[in-house]
Amino acid sequence: MTSDAMLAVEGLDVSFGQLRGRIKVLDGVSFAIAPGEVLGLVGESGSGKSVTALALMALLGEQGRIDAGQILFEGRDLAGLSPAEMLQIRGRAISMIFQEPTTSLNPVLPVGFQIAEVLIAHLGMGRTEALRQAASLMKQVGIPAAAERVGDYPHQMSGGMRQRVMIAMAIACRPRLLIADEPTTALDVTMQAQILRLIKELQTREGMAVLMITHDLGVIARVAHRVAVMYAGQIVESGPVRDIFRQPRHPYTRMLLRSIPRVGRRQTRLRAIAGTTPSAAAMPSACRFHPRCPDAIAICRSQAPALETTEDRQVRCWRADDSGLISQEAG
Amino acid sequence: MSAPLLEVRDLAKSFESGGGLLGRRSGARLQAVRGVSFDLAPGETLGLVGESGCGKTTVARMVVGLIAPSDGRIVFDGVETASAGHVDRAAMRGKVQIVFQDPYTSLNPRLRVAEIIAEPLLNLGVSRQEAQRRVAELMATVGLQPEHMSRFPHAFSGGQRQRIGIARALAPRPRLIVCDEAVSALDVSIQAQILNLLADIQRDFALTLLFISHNLAVVRHLCHRIAVMYLGQIVELAGETQLFEAPLHPYTQALIAAVPEPDPDWAPAVAELAGDLPDPSNPPAGCAFHARCPRAQEDCRQVMPVLRELAPGHHVRCHYPG
Repeated sequence: MTSDAMLAVEGLDVSFGQLRGRIKVLDGVSFAIAPGEVLGLVGESGSGKSVTALALMALLGEQGRIDAGQILFEGRDLAGLSPAEMLQIRGRAISMIFQEPTTSLNPVLPVGFQIAEVLIAHLGMGRTEALRQAASLMKQVGIPAAAERVGDYPHQMSGGMRQRVMIAMAIACRPRLLIADEPTTALDVTMQAQILRLIKELQTREGMAVLMITHDLGVIARVAHRVAVMYAGQIVESGPVRDIFRQPRHPYTRMLLRSIPRVGRRQTRLRAIAGTTPSAAAMPSACRFHPRCPDAIAICRSQAPALETTEDRQVRCWRADDSGLISQEAG
Repeated sequence: MSAPLLEVRDLAKSFESGGGLLGRRSGARLQAVRGVSFDLAPGETLGLVGESGCGKTTVARMVVGLIAPSDGRIVFDGVETASAGHVDRAAMRGKVQIVFQDPYTSLNPRLRVAEIIAEPLLNLGVSRQEAQRRVAELMATVGLQPEHMSRFPHAFSGGQRQRIGIARALAPRPRLIVCDEAVSALDVSIQAQILNLLADIQRDFALTLLFISHNLAVVRHLCHRIAVMYLGQIVELAGETQLFEAPLHPYTQALIAAVPEPDPDWAPAVAELAGDLPDPSNPPAGCAFHARCPRAQEDCRQVMPVLRELAPGHHVRCHYPG
């Protein structure tokens, strides 16, 4: 892992459940984000991408626990901080936006006050100044007639506007890292385009780093510099976005890219991935992808591959160096 | 072209809205669907796309007879099945089926898979023995194992539940299946499996499909013709290639450009759409799209454009198409 990383997650193991019968949901998750970089974390349901975000924010709750690994943020290990120390970081140096703006906002408080609260709590700003600043933030995130809408309640706004409010709250303290967990999944496609552009503009202007968590490879292609692909609680491949999309090395990444219908051209038949994603309670042994992998050989079923690094790419596959494959691509 | 299997004419649906909790204020009428017309030929797949609130699901519900239209009519296989305030479910019994978006809530959790699939057959008076035989056959068709028969829905993943939903829809040998966001809740690797399954059954059973989705890429993949809806109206209707390669309505163009392609070197062809959807209970005068349209002129603000056929099979509702 490079030493100039702003965030370096190393060997993160997370489990959930009671004392007996704990279930491991993250296994050795490692990635790094440089200052001002957008890292896309992509995976399907149950891959562990959202749990990774919650672990970074120390929001795993009662049942969740970090069992191993480090979360180095600007050199400090967040996994070892007390709740009080974490309060100083969360919402300030690192902030987060969620998928569902409707449930993340307080329904009985005007949106301007909710943004102002962040400024009062973290920066000790006075009430009048905080409200003025809230209006300015609402303007920055593209809410029309922002000054008049400070007193609006969440239900008076559309989904897209509410997500803009969430973004205004998240950037209020000028965080150095923004974690965005499926920020556009609940939005219509034309609104998604607007919100992605806004996040990208703010990221460039403020120079903040972004961890963009999504199931949508299209979103990754649009905003990320680098991408890490998760499958069944592990990172299976990572690298610069163009390299991963042009020359994916893990069979899961390759097959995932081909299984997506494209709006720009019509495919005759989609190349689906057989089977289903495994549940955390019943992980396949050895390589976790082997039951669905057309290229699996004996070693894939008997021994777990490690995440191997070559230059700026990483891949977890026994057959990453055997070129071609997906069982020789006939038909 | 053979006679259409489904004819939808000037279909409209309005709902009471904003009536207040105690019903004291008289509610505004929300025009969910306004003058929608289209035909579906036997064996054809028609896609109905649009964003939330455009009325596509309301159209689907009227076609399957779950709700009655406020105006207009629906003719299925030569028989009128719905008109203003009226639905004739008996006329389409078993012949029109629906697959819903959410495979978690659309299956009865207390019934075993075999019972779920057999239910529509038994309702049509098929014998138990015959129903059992059909269930086994249908399960094989949709890719379920025989040992799944006696399990309950909760034991299945989302993709498998959608297979159960498809088997149930196929059971009475329908002529038309309406898929309402049938793959939207699924992960992409599973979505591809279900799309392939739908394409297979469509071909093998010469089925007619009305495919409702917000996902343009999915619609392009599966459909022969596509209707784009905006604020309760069809704004463009064309064949798959025409619509995606040469869209004429500015909304269609913006909608296609907004879909992020999984390709880092891809850039949208037209500028992204500004603003939000107008309030459907108070649609703008003139063209419903004028407030967000980069091409809007004075007449767009005053005169509602009609759906015109500009090229064979290519219909557009715009004063300045192109």
